[in-house]
Amino acid sequence: MSTPAGTTHRRTLRWQNARVLSVRDETPTARTYRLLLPEPRRHLAGQHYVLRLTAPDGYSASRSYSVASAPDDTGEIELTVERLVGGEVSEFLHDVVAAGDELEVRGPIGLFFVWPGDRPALLVGGGSGVVPLMAMLRQARLEGRADLLRVLVSARSPDDLYYADELPGDGVRIVWTRSAPPDDPRGAGRMTVDDLALLVRAEQDVYVCGSPAFADAATDRLREAGVPDGVIRVERFGPSG
Amino acid sequence: MATVTRGFFGRRRERDPRLPPGQYDARDEWPVLHAEATPRLATDRWTFTVSGLVDRETTWTWDEIHALPRSRYEGDIHCVTTWSKLGMTFDGVSVDTLLDAAGVQPAATHVVAACHTGYTTNLPLADVTGTKAWVVWDADGKPLTTEHGGPARLLVPHLYFWKSAKWVSELRLLDHDEPGFWERNGYHDRGDPWKEQRYQGD
Repeated sequence: MSTPAGTTHRRTLRWQNARVLSVRDETPTARTYRLLLPEPRRHLAGQHYVLRLTAPDGYSASRSYSVASAPDDTGEIELTVERLVGGEVSEFLHDVVAAGDELEVRGPIGLFFVWPGDRPALLVGGGSGVVPLMAMLRQARLEGRADLLRVLVSARSPDDLYYADELPGDGVRIVWTRSAPPDDPRGAGRMTVDDLALLVRAEQDVYVCGSPAFADAATDRLREAGVPDGVIRVERFGPSG
Repeated sequence: MATVTRGFFGRRRERDPRLPPGQYDARDEWPVLHAEATPRLATDRWTFTVSGLVDRETTWTWDEIHALPRSRYEGDIHCVTTWSKLGMTFDGVSVDTLLDAAGVQPAATHVVAACHTGYTTNLPLADVTGTKAWVVWDADGKPLTTEHGGPARLLVPHLYFWKSAKWVSELRLLDHDEPGFWERNGYHDRGDPWKEQRYQGD
C-alpha cells in the first residue's frame, strides 16, 4: 500500500504541552477543542493525536483523537471529542477542561487513513466518525478542490450531526437513521446501497470511519455498490472513553 | 517527564499489575480496530502457508491445521490504542509446530506475517518461537469471530496486538527485517507494550 509522499514520520514524536485556545459545542455530547501547539508539525487530513492526562501521583490515561481541522500553518489544531458515558478521558475533557488549560498531546500519527489532497475520494462517516473526514472536506474546500470529494454522513438525528452549519454543500449527502427533518424526502432509516450508489465513481478511494458496526455495514453496502475491497480504508472508533 | 494535568486525579485507581504502562482494562469490551474492510473467509477454502527460508514450504488446509497438536494461550493481550484484555484464553496451534514442520533454515532471522486481506506485519524470528506465538481459531472457548480475525489469526500476545495479524494466511521467513503495514505507517518496529514501543522512535 502506498503512503503519501514526503511524510516519512521517522522522527520521534515528542509529547508537547498544547494550550487550549477555545472550546465549543458541536452537539449535546461532542465538543471541539482548539489547541495551540508549541512544536507544530503540519498534519495530513485523517491523522490523529494522542492526548494524555496525568494525575499528581503519576497515574495517566491517554486516548487517540482525530484532527478535525484542515492541515494549515497556524500551529493550531482542532480535536472533536465525543463524551462517552463512563469515559475517563472524554468526561474529564468535557467536564473540566477550559480555555487556558494545558493538555499533553503527541502527533500527528497515522499514515494510512489519510487523504493526500489530490485524489478523488468518497468519504463515509457515521456519528463521531465524521471527524477525520471533516479535516479532509475542509482541506478540499480551502484549496478549491471540493470537486474531488463526495461525502456521506450518517447521523441519528439533526441534534446529533457534527459541524451542522459547515458540513452541507455540493457532493455532501446526509442520511438520518432515527429521525429526519420534516423536509427531507428520504426520511429516517439506515444507510442503504442506494444512498451510496449515487456517490460511487470509478477511480476513487474510499474512506470509512465510525463505530465497528457502522464500518462493517458501510463496507458491506459499498461492496454491494460494486466498490472493490482494495480501495476501501477503514478507521474504526473503539469505545475507549 | 509527564506534565500533571490540572484537575485530573484519575478514576481507575486500583491498577492491575498485569497492565503495562499507559494501558487500561477493557473488561467486557473487545474493541475492533483494523484498517481494511472485514473479509468474509470460508474455512473450506482457507489455507495457511509457511514459506521463505524453510526446507519445505508447507501449506495447511483448515482440516489439516486442526489435526496438528493443539496449544493454548492463557493470559493478557494489549492493543496500542491503550486497551488491554486480561485473562483471555486462545486455542490453536503453536507457531513452533508450524515452523518445525517446514524446517527453518539457519539464515532466517525475521518473519513477515501476511493476511488474506493483504495486511502484513513483521517480527523477529525470536518473537514467534519458544512458545510465544500461535495461530488461533478459538477465543475464550468460542470460534473467533470475523471482526476479531476469524476464522484464524496470528497471536503474539507479548507484543502490541497489531502484530497478532487478523486473517493470517502466511508466515514468510526472511534473512532481514522488512517493515509491515503499520510499521511503514508510523508505528514501532517491534511493539513491546512493557516498553511502550507504540510509535517509531519510542
